[in-house]
Amino acid sequence: MAIFESLLNTFETGSGFWNPIVWLVTILIIFLIIYILRGFGNKNYKINTEQVKPFLSGNPEYDKEKMHIKGSNIYWGFTESLKWIFDNLNKMHTGNTSDYILWFVVIISILFLVVGLI
Amino acid sequence: MSFIDFLLQHSPALIVAIPLLGAFLTPLISKINNRVRNVFVILIILITTILVMLLASDVFSGNIHTYVFGSQDLTVPLVRILFEVDAMSAFMAIIGSILLLVSVIYSWSFIDENSGLDKYYTLVLLLAAGMFGMMLTGDMFNFFVFLEITSIASCALIAFWTNKGKAVEAAFKYIVISSLAALFILFSIALLYGQYNALNIAVLGSVIQFSYLDKIALVLLIAALAMKAGIVPMHMWLPDAYGRAPASVTIILIGATQASLYGVFRVCFTLYGNTINLSSASIGWIIVLLGLITMLIGVAMALIQSDFKRLIAFSAVAEIGFIFLGIGTGLTLFANNQMFGLIGTTAMSGGIFHIINDSLDVGLLFLVAGAVYYATKETSLDKMGGLARHMKYTTIFFIIGLLAISGIPPMNGFASKLLIYESTFQLNPILSIVAILSSIMLLAVFVKVFHSAFLGPALPKFNGVKEVPKTMLFAMGIIASIIIIFGLFPDLVINNIVDPAVNALINYSDYIREVIPTFTGGF
Repeated sequence: MAIFESLLNTFETGSGFWNPIVWLVTILIIFLIIYILRGFGNKNYKINTEQVKPFLSGNPEYDKEKMHIKGSNIYWGFTESLKWIFDNLNKMHTGNTSDYILWFVVIISILFLVVGLI
Repeated sequence: MSFIDFLLQHSPALIVAIPLLGAFLTPLISKINNRVRNVFVILIILITTILVMLLASDVFSGNIHTYVFGSQDLTVPLVRILFEVDAMSAFMAIIGSILLLVSVIYSWSFIDENSGLDKYYTLVLLLAAGMFGMMLTGDMFNFFVFLEITSIASCALIAFWTNKGKAVEAAFKYIVISSLAALFILFSIALLYGQYNALNIAVLGSVIQFSYLDKIALVLLIAALAMKAGIVPMHMWLPDAYGRAPASVTIILIGATQASLYGVFRVCFTLYGNTINLSSASIGWIIVLLGLITMLIGVAMALIQSDFKRLIAFSAVAEIGFIFLGIGTGLTLFANNQMFGLIGTTAMSGGIFHIINDSLDVGLLFLVAGAVYYATKETSLDKMGGLARHMKYTTIFFIIGLLAISGIPPMNGFASKLLIYESTFQLNPILSIVAILSSIMLLAVFVKVFHSAFLGPALPKFNGVKEVPKTMLFAMGIIASIIIIFGLFPDLVINNIVDPAVNALINYSDYIREVIPTFTGGF
């Protein structure tokens, strides 16, 4: 019983807290709200009919493989607008072992400067 | 003396000796048959895990264990090697043992169709011996020896799929980096030995002066171990190695990387504990800055990857940044007793808790990536899709890993990240803003994976894909269960294993006093 009680202890972080029971109650309330909202949905929806087919502005549906958005295309807008950052990051990752060692030397130099000045 | 007491007394030695002996016996056992060998290896790791848990339960109750190899007479110099296990060492050993146990269970089916498995399991056990040695030893030179054993075994395991040229290239890069790091560690040990005529960490910690040579040794030790731990910008070997090694190896490599991270903390807080007050703020801020850069670059690089394992590897780099941020914040305030009590201990609790959370979350995601590769023979996210229709359980494990690594409740990552956010916010709000931004980006990274690999229409080329074997699901299930338990009941974990580890780091004088009872420094 004591172990069970200790499991339910509130975890205090100073300003915040975490308790599994509070979380569980919150999740149950959220599910209840979702269930109620679902009740307002269209009751005429029927599975395995024409209704389930995707509507692509009247265009025919492509093959399954072509319809799926590939990993490289996700966040295209984000990566394209920050292209200069990602290009520089890619340049940094040369895959060359000599460059890996060069970065090690750079960090040692910075650490020497900081610790040496104390 | 009961049998349990006997085991407890000799457990520091047995935890290293059993996998080491097992490694040499594995090729012989392999001659009987493969099933017997697999059972033997699982049994070896299981016994080691039980010993680790036994030792840890005693250490967490406040005892520090020392184990002397060689002369018991302390007046005879240098004729002994000392293992010293405090709560921090035990904490790390728990992480290592969980990862190893899961790895060998997963390997049963995952690696079954490959040849050379006697060598594979021998190397896994050697790696286990080296990793535990690094975590339990109380001797600097011994630490170097175990680091070398770990590096050599890891290198061979990274190159295990020798038919893939890139695996061999990754192993080559890993051994170059590891050798360089080991060389610098050996050089710093020589600097310390030359001055103090001692190799024992506690002895060195009691006499260290923070002289010019000590500063050089400190810089070399931190830089070399940070490179082995995958801190940006010295992380570039990590995506190569993690990405090319079999998934069952990658999860053990996480443990080996964490052992190097442990080395950084042991050096900063114990070896230099008595003098670190002189420069704790500067070193703390360097560690905080390295943590921030590691988080941002790790997560930014993860976002643009299209290879599943390489993407997780960059996320693993970002996660190490969170650990550095927490510990660095603590170190920054180390000299200020009042602030350290208010903020520093919370930050360190978050950082230390995140070590185990990171290992479990990233470990689970690598196992999922391995399962996807096992089922589809694909690692490119561009060629995947609709896998949730064929691999229901793997998908559930992926979702658990996704939520955990992004710090979303009720998974384990939430509790440790919450501690880090709150404490760093009080030091400087920008730190926590960057940390939260990195977490959001991590979520975005894994939502991308979830969509591209698991969601979408069923692709005709994956029609024959089936769920992975039960042993692989069981291994993933073990980690997923621990993630959920740690997430639901973080208070239990923090009180029983994290706080003792934090206290062990802060109260470095207890570690020193175990070997030198007359030591009067420290808090």
